[in-house]
Amino acid sequence: MGSTNSTLSKIPNVEELMQETGFTPAHIVRLYDRFEALDKEKTGHLRPQDFGAINRLAMNPIGDRIIGAFFSPGQETVDFHSFVRILAHFRPADKKHPKDPSMPEPVNSRTSKLKFAFQLYDQDKDGKISRAELLQVLRSMLEMQVTEEQLESIADRTIQEADLDKDDAISFEEFRKSLEKVNIDHKMSIRFLR
Amino acid sequence: MSTMGGLSQMKLAVNFLTIGLVILSLPCGSYTEIPPKPPGSVTVLPPVKPAGGPQAFPDAENSNLPVFTMDYARIQVPFEVTLWVLLASFAKIGFHVYHKITFWVPESCLLISIGLIVGAIMHSVHEEPPAVLSYNVFFLFMLPPIVLESGYFMPTRPFFENVGTVLWFAVVGTLWNSIGIGMSLYAVCQIEAFEVQDINLQENMLFAAIISAVDPVAVLSVFEDVSVNEQLYIVVFGECLFNDAVTVVLYNMFIFVADMPVVEPVDVFLGVARFFVVGLGGMGFGVIFGFVASFTTRFTSNVREIEPLFIFMYSYLAYLVAELFSISSIMAIVTCALTMKYYVEENVSQRSCTTIRHVVKMLGTISETLIFFFLGVVTITTEHEWNWGYIMFTLLLALVWRGLGVLVLTQIINPFRTIPFNFKDQFILGYGGLRGAISFALVFTLPDSIGRKKLFLTTTICMIMFTVFIQGISIRPLIEFINVRRTNRNLETINVEIHSRLIEHTIAGVEDLCGQWSHYYWKDKFLKFNNRILRKILIRDNRAESSIVALYKKLELQNAMEILDTVSGDINAGSSIVSLQYVYPLSPSSSCSLSLSLYFALSLILLLSLSLACSPSLSLSLVLSLTLSCSLFYPLLSKGLKSS
Repeated sequence: MGSTNSTLSKIPNVEELMQETGFTPAHIVRLYDRFEALDKEKTGHLRPQDFGAINRLAMNPIGDRIIGAFFSPGQETVDFHSFVRILAHFRPADKKHPKDPSMPEPVNSRTSKLKFAFQLYDQDKDGKISRAELLQVLRSMLEMQVTEEQLESIADRTIQEADLDKDDAISFEEFRKSLEKVNIDHKMSIRFLR
Repeated sequence: MSTMGGLSQMKLAVNFLTIGLVILSLPCGSYTEIPPKPPGSVTVLPPVKPAGGPQAFPDAENSNLPVFTMDYARIQVPFEVTLWVLLASFAKIGFHVYHKITFWVPESCLLISIGLIVGAIMHSVHEEPPAVLSYNVFFLFMLPPIVLESGYFMPTRPFFENVGTVLWFAVVGTLWNSIGIGMSLYAVCQIEAFEVQDINLQENMLFAAIISAVDPVAVLSVFEDVSVNEQLYIVVFGECLFNDAVTVVLYNMFIFVADMPVVEPVDVFLGVARFFVVGLGGMGFGVIFGFVASFTTRFTSNVREIEPLFIFMYSYLAYLVAELFSISSIMAIVTCALTMKYYVEENVSQRSCTTIRHVVKMLGTISETLIFFFLGVVTITTEHEWNWGYIMFTLLLALVWRGLGVLVLTQIINPFRTIPFNFKDQFILGYGGLRGAISFALVFTLPDSIGRKKLFLTTTICMIMFTVFIQGISIRPLIEFINVRRTNRNLETINVEIHSRLIEHTIAGVEDLCGQWSHYYWKDKFLKFNNRILRKILIRDNRAESSIVALYKKLELQNAMEILDTVSGDINAGSSIVSLQYVYPLSPSSSCSLSLSLYFALSLILLLSLSLACSPSLSLSLVLSLTLSCSLFYPLLSKGLKSS
């Protein structure tokens, strides 16, 4: 379509982006439209306030963590490329990909998805989910439904179940192992509209 | 030890058998024969009572006070019902003795086989079986428990995530099948060689509507043990429950139309309107009764003993009221169970909850057992009309149209699904379309104005046998062979629950970010409505409890019980609490052989009582059937005992 092509030409390095993330041109265009709709001041970058303007996201218990995941450490804005790259984690896995060990792990593979979920817990990025970090997430998800003691018991039990090397924290490997029977591809995929 | 046990046990059983047969040969002709029951009606008490009731006050001419009287006619109906249920249940026990059979052959097939044997015996002694598969008995008594069980134990979360697909397959799929099979059969009828030209289009369409519906009873009994992935399971499951709406409408429409010479477009339009009434009405009634039941349980804290009663009464009421208005009763009872379950389980005590679950399962299993058993019996005892061409073509066309239907429908709906169905899933979807007793009951009650009713009966039976036996037995090896995505049912760790919840929130958030919504949006909305309004009205103690906390409590409870088990040696306390949560598998040990011999002894005593009480021919048939089943199982039994 003419409009698709014209929109695509506005985006720098579009070919590389599509290659890296696996999105089709139609997907990219739609995401670009969305990006522009969020970028009210037309700076070409999104700031945390722009994300916060989305009402339902603001009400999400872990909304601030999701928003935080878009910003690389040290950066204060998100450009379109980073936006798309993060969203690419949620594409359904490609079944026909041959497993080429020389190529880097595709962005929407099971491991990448799990890493994304892990980072939502691990805010200080030390590679482990500590008890305190787990408590924070539980608190925000369960809000006012439980007492503090119950929260602590639940957190204790969670760590006890998953912690194999007894360091009172959940590493990425332990995280991955506890979810080995869950079909992450089903749960963490969105059907992107065209 | 086991071989010795096997041998001595065989001797024991042979002894019992000989004693039993000897006693049987005693003359029992002094007791009255029960007159053959008229077919197609429920057995009722014979209108003539023994003169003057039990002979307590004899005439002056007669002998003295009778010490021992017998009045069979009075207890006949409940007695026979109980005996049939026991017989079918014994057959079920018998299967599990040799568990390798039940792994490969679904129980439904085994039950039908035993039923066939019993039916053959009854036919040879010219006894009529009780009319269990007649319209009223089947639809009012046999079907509701099974449908209630399926509705109550339906996994709600996957169901609501796939509700679109389920309804799509149920409605459009059944329509596609009926119309396709009907039209093709009509075309086949035109071929002169098959001598079925007298079946007109309406009758063909009626027949097609009956046999194109996938049957919940048959499908559940096969799919329960085979753990396919959740998506597939819920679509097959949901489809067979919800296609009832379409079947009811088509059936009534074509019965109505079969009498008319010409079909007008108005009738088709009315049929469509009727479909909406039937479907939505069924669901509406179900939801209303579900809410009323939940509301009632809010006030039952002082009458804990009868709490389970409300569940059953309200569901049954929903079913009956739907039947009253000729709308889809299956959908009514399923929606009622779905709605009720969530609120009731929070209001009701732990014991009542367990009781409800247990009784629902028990009733469902009994009904299912009886239905398959009587399918076998009735196969032999009804009159058949065989027609190679019609029957073969029906089987072929049913397979072909179902396969085509699944292919086409999946292609259309896959783009709308997050997890599309691949070809393996589609194959199982198509192959898992088993027909069962509902079709049979519907055909059985076709009006006699339809000339070829016997042919339809025979074809339906062939269809059912084919799908249940051939497809039912082969589906498990096929699933393993083509390696369909399986499910993992034991996912109850607190980690999985918490992380899944996190992922759900993430997905909801990202979707909002992208400006698109899916079922998470509606789920969120419903949850908010639920928390704000519904729970306040329907639940007594409104303490909103997250599923994470509920799971945590359950796991802690399980842990505590495990500790109790290992620490205390008190068997009494242990077994009563533990039975709430666990079902321990039978350990193959020396007590096995003792219990087996007791089992066979019991069954023989049962039959002896039968023979003393009622018609000798009936008792003879039952004894022979059990003897046959015993002798069938014995070689397997002894092999099984040797190997264990």
